[in-house]
Amino acid sequence: MTAERTITIECLRYNPETNAEPSYVVYRVPFTDDMSVLEGLQHIKDALDGSLTFRWSCRMAICGSCGMMLNGVPALSCSTFLRDYYPDGLRVEPLTHFPIVRDLVIDQTDFLRKLESVSPQLAPAQPKTIAEGPYRQTPAQMDAYYQYAQCINCLLCYAACPQYGLNSAFTGPAALALLHRYNADSRDDATAERMDVVNADVGVWGCTLVGYCSEVCPKGVDPARAINQNKINSTKDYFLHLLTPRKG
Amino acid sequence: MAYLHTHVRPMQGWWRRNPFYRRYMLREVTALFVAAYAVELLVGLVRLAQGRAAYEAWRAALATPPALAFHALTLAAFLYHAWTWLEVMPKTMPFVTVRDHRVSDRAIVVAGVTASVIASIALFVAVRLVIAP
Repeated sequence: MTAERTITIECLRYNPETNAEPSYVVYRVPFTDDMSVLEGLQHIKDALDGSLTFRWSCRMAICGSCGMMLNGVPALSCSTFLRDYYPDGLRVEPLTHFPIVRDLVIDQTDFLRKLESVSPQLAPAQPKTIAEGPYRQTPAQMDAYYQYAQCINCLLCYAACPQYGLNSAFTGPAALALLHRYNADSRDDATAERMDVVNADVGVWGCTLVGYCSEVCPKGVDPARAINQNKINSTKDYFLHLLTPRKG
Repeated sequence: MAYLHTHVRPMQGWWRRNPFYRRYMLREVTALFVAAYAVELLVGLVRLAQGRAAYEAWRAALATPPALAFHALTLAAFLYHAWTWLEVMPKTMPFVTVRDHRVSDRAIVVAGVTASVIASIALFVAVRLVIAP
């Protein structure tokens, strides 16, 4: 292990009880090559300022809690290393496009509501009992949705999406990618029920294919693809409704 | 859960914050050049309907230095527009599978670029050699 060095971390701080506006506070943090940005923040909390507030849990890029803006780029602070920001230092801010609750903690209520709106669970046409065994699937059928199932709800894609920042009514990348994840699953039969969310102005049509959501996703989900191929599905749905009589 | 006080950050100047956004805005701006060129062709069509003299005057106007400079700029904008369009093409289509293997995004982009280059050359050759030699 290399010798300890010191890096400057400029951190956005906001206390809703005492601050009208957030402001930056600079910390000098000693670090070794194996330290993540999250560990740098933990050092600040343990040794420099115990009031610094941030979310974290697993430290291995699977819980999706520690997303932050690192030099303006959405990233998981547990899988980003301080050594990569040396010697310039880095600026840490809460995920952009979300309201700040305190310091690096954002209000994710809006996303949770959107996640619920896409019915993110399998709804088989014929529910089976446990005795009837599992719902079987070929590798090709699994391949159709598997990458979209890797979403960890870390919200980096929302922080990357200017359309969500400009209009928070937009359903957004992760919720629409998960919507597609279930629609693309051969075991699911609830596509028709999800079409209202897809077809809305704030559904897939709220996306202008900036594409940054897919760039920043730490799990390779590619929400931009899920959304934009559903523009085709939405168009087909529109014309099918023109051609076929309404369902009773 | 609802919080009593939260701070919402402004979006002013968002597209200047990240090189990715600047490239996106550049891509969107090139659409204006596409529209401008469409208007130019439409004017040509109107001039053609007005008779040979009007059409020749329109063609002469296109040969002036400002018009040539505009065309050079428009060509650059078109090339960038076409490239970015083809670059995102894989994201707009379902997965393509050939003999149990998924076709890579790169292969789709390369196929799209190749097809548009061949189509452009074919059109150019057709116009120069066949329609207006």
